[in-house]
This record gives sequence, C-alpha cells and structure tokens, in this order.
Amino acid sequence: MRRPLADNAAFPVLLPPAARVARRLEEERRYALPVVRLDGRTMLVLAALLCLWAGVAEAQALASGQESVLATIFKWTPLISRGFALNVAISLIAMGLGTMLGLFLGLAQISLLPPVRAGSWALTQFFRNAPWLVLLFYCIFVLPFRVTVFGQTFDVPNWLRATIGLTLPVMANVSEIVRGAVQSIPRGQWEAAESLGYRRGQTLREIILPQCLKRMAPPWMNLYAILVMSTPLASVVGVEEAMTLTRGALNAERRGDLLIPMYGALLLAFFVYCWPIARATQALERRWQVTT
Amino acid sequence: MDLVAGFFRDLNATTGWNFSIFHDPFDMRRFGSAFLVTVQLAVLSVVFSLVIGIAGAFAQSLRFAPLRWLVNGYIAFFRNTPPLVQMYFFFFALGSITPSVRDDIGMETPLVSNFTWALVALSFFAGAFNVEIFRSGIEAIPRSTIEAAESLGYSKARAYVHIVLPLAFRVCLPSLNNNLVNLIKTTTLAYAIGVPEMLYVANQIWSDTLNVVEMMNVLLILYIGLVSLLVFMMRRWEEAMRMPGYGS
Repeated sequence: MRRPLADNAAFPVLLPPAARVARRLEEERRYALPVVRLDGRTMLVLAALLCLWAGVAEAQALASGQESVLATIFKWTPLISRGFALNVAISLIAMGLGTMLGLFLGLAQISLLPPVRAGSWALTQFFRNAPWLVLLFYCIFVLPFRVTVFGQTFDVPNWLRATIGLTLPVMANVSEIVRGAVQSIPRGQWEAAESLGYRRGQTLREIILPQCLKRMAPPWMNLYAILVMSTPLASVVGVEEAMTLTRGALNAERRGDLLIPMYGALLLAFFVYCWPIARATQALERRWQVTT
Repeated sequence: MDLVAGFFRDLNATTGWNFSIFHDPFDMRRFGSAFLVTVQLAVLSVVFSLVIGIAGAFAQSLRFAPLRWLVNGYIAFFRNTPPLVQMYFFFFALGSITPSVRDDIGMETPLVSNFTWALVALSFFAGAFNVEIFRSGIEAIPRSTIEAAESLGYSKARAYVHIVLPLAFRVCLPSLNNNLVNLIKTTTLAYAIGVPEMLYVANQIWSDTLNVVEMMNVLLILYIGLVSLLVFMMRRWEEAMRMPGYGS
C-alpha cells in the first residue's frame, strides 16, 4: 500500500512527539532487544494474584488432608535456591565474558579497515539473529567435554559449556550496544578532537568512550535482565539449575495442585531478582537522558 | 532434486559430512514438516501477538482503571519472567487443569495440544511487548491531530480507526520489527514441551544419524534465513509506509 502523500508534505502537528518516539524506537532498533520496564503498583497486583492462587491451593490441600502447599514450597526452597544461585552464577559469568568479547567486536565494527568492519558486522548479525537455544545446543554438543592445557586434563562441566553458549548472543548484543553508542556521538566531536591534534585511538579512548559509557549503561543492564531470564534455557540441556530442580521437586511430590504454586514461585524468584535491575535501568535512563 | 540428493550423498561418501535431510527421504520428510511447524508457529503467533497488542493498547486507553491495572500486570509479568518458565507454566500447570478426551484408540489426549499451548505462550509473551509498542505509537499522536479530525466531523471511533491507528502504526513499525524477530527466535522454546518444530526434529535426526554438527549448522542457517526474510519484508513495508518529514 502506497502512502497517499507527496514527499514534501510534512506533518507539522505530529513532528515534536513523533520525533521523540522515533528517537526512542531508533535506539530500541539499534539494540535489537526488548526493553524490560516495571513499576511498583503492578508488582503489588501480581503479588496479590499469586497470594490468592496459593491461598486457594492451600485450602484445597488442607481439605483433602495433604501437606499444605506453603509447607511443601518451604521444604523445597533450600534446594531450589541453590539452583537459582547457579542461574545467577551463569548469568554473571556469561555477562562478564560476553561484555569483554562484545567490546572488542563492537570496536571492530567501527574500525577503519573495511574487512575488519565487514567481518565483525557479519559475526555480530549472525549471533544476534540466531536463537539462543540453538546456540546453547551448539555449545553443549560441539564444544569438547574435556580439554588438555599444558598436559593437564580438565573436564568441562555442562553448566560451563551452557554458559559459553549464552556468552555468544550476549557478545553480539554488547557489540551492537557499543557500535550504537559510538555512532550516537556527534561527528563534530571527532573533528574537534582531530583539529586539536588527537590521534584516532586517543580520541576514542579519551573523548568518545567516556561519553559512551553513560549511553551504554541502560541497554547493558537491560541485556543483563534478559540474560538472567534466559538462564532457564540451560535446563533444556540438562544443567541442574532452578528450573530443572523445580521440575524434579514436582516429579518427587506427584501432586497436581502443586504445579501452579511451584511454577508461580519460580517465576516470582526471577521477577524479584530482575525487578531492581529494571528499576535501576529506568532511573539511569531518565537521569542520563541526552536532550537534543 | 535428484541432483541435490546425489551431491549430498557424494559429500557424505567423500568427506563424511552427513546432511541426511537432503538425501534420506525419511529425514527429509520429517525435517520438512518440522520446518512447516516452525513457520506455522511463527506466523500464527505473530498474528495473535499483534491482536493482543492492539487489544491491550486499546484497553490501556480506556477510563476503566481495573482493566488498565490488569493489562499492566500482564505486561509486567510477561516482560520480567523467563519465557521458558512461562512455557512450562502454560503447558504443565495450566495444561493440568484443562480437560482431556479419549481418542479413537482409547488414549487420554489433552483437549489443548502442546502446539496450541506453545502458540498461546508465545503469543502472550510477544503480545506483552506489542502492547507497549502500540501504546508508545498511539501516545505519539498529539491531541491536536485528534481534535483536528473531530473538527472535521470524525466521530471518536472513526478518528481512532482512520487517523490515530494508521499514524501510530507507522511510528511503531521499527520496534515491532524487533519484537517479531525476537518472537521467531523464541519459537525454539516449543522444543521444551515437545512440539515437533525444527530444533526438536533436528534433535531426533542427530540422535538417529549422529550428525550433530551438520544439523546444528543447518539449523543456524535456516533460522538466520527466516529472520533475514522477516527483516527484509518489514524493511520494505516500513519504506512503503514511510511518513514524509520525520524519521530516517
């Protein structure tokens, strides 16, 4: 469908708000990530719904003379918390590694050498557009399960290979965040630095990157929240994290009325962990907003 | 077709690279149907998530507050919990309380199939993001534009359909593009509840044929291809609907 408007017919009325939205959308497109946002009131509504659900299940359990739902959840909490700790560990390691690799890849994307630029661009697009679960499978099956370094043989545990699998998409997304941030700095800054006698590397290190840090922080934290929410994928390839343990606990209990409260509690655990991150991201976004 | 099969049979004989889906009729058939399942899952969940997005954005514009809270709660829940756990929650938890029927050979089969649950989970997941996307688009339309429409004799509903939505849609196409790419990538999660989509069937094939690396590469390339196709079509559409005077 063609738009029924001539090219020079502008929408003066739509311009200011549309430009604002377009800028935000352009940012979202650059990072190619859904943005995690939250507010406190909806959190309360959700908690109330979950309590209601748990209460109904509780009443049913008591009426049929079984162990109460809350008591069962408490019984399994220590075990599942250990699993959740593994989720957090996986997310921290993947984020650390992914950020380091992604910084290099992102800087390679703005390199002056066309082959480096094209290669890193292709690598970034590849890992950004491949499904996380497929990358995870790739690392689980293709990476060696035993490596020999300097004559020493190490076993590579499943969770570590899964972590590497999650590192790859993180790397690609960090790479885009870096590229986006560097390109969002006005060209004039490069030219001004050049006229003051700065070399390219110096300009990048001393003028461009310090300004980029502020712009990169919110999408970087958002990426971390998304990564945390992707760690249960490791359960699909047999890592004993919170999701696997929850399923194990459910299999051990063999009670249909536990399904909703137990999965609900797991969802709540992730929610509670990611919520402060989402709030902090929003706060930083507001504080560091660049007004142009 | 024989030429392709012959090539891959030779490749297997000479290099040991076993792309069984190109020369083994059985593998080819099951992988083909898995590809169709993935495409179906992607297309249907795109459509339903758009419907959820539009309905949600509409509900948020209403004056009735509890409905707004409900939509906000829905968005908060689906944006901040792991999609895989959502999938399990839908399939195991909600699946356990939906009725099942006895089929012809006396097997208990649930009324809602795992494909349907995957579709529901994916649609709600992507829909939560779509609500926000559509809302930001609608918010971009200034009051004065709506007032101008009203002064020209448009009713509220007609101004919404003919003025607000078309403009809002153009504003939010880029983000929508992103979210739909993300949705296609998320369809692989249906693996976890046994929907015979590409990853699931690829897993079966490499268990039978022991060609893990080959299948992995095929999977990656196919997914990249699907995503690129979507991105290409959305770009074309964006360009066709471009508004003069703003945006890039």
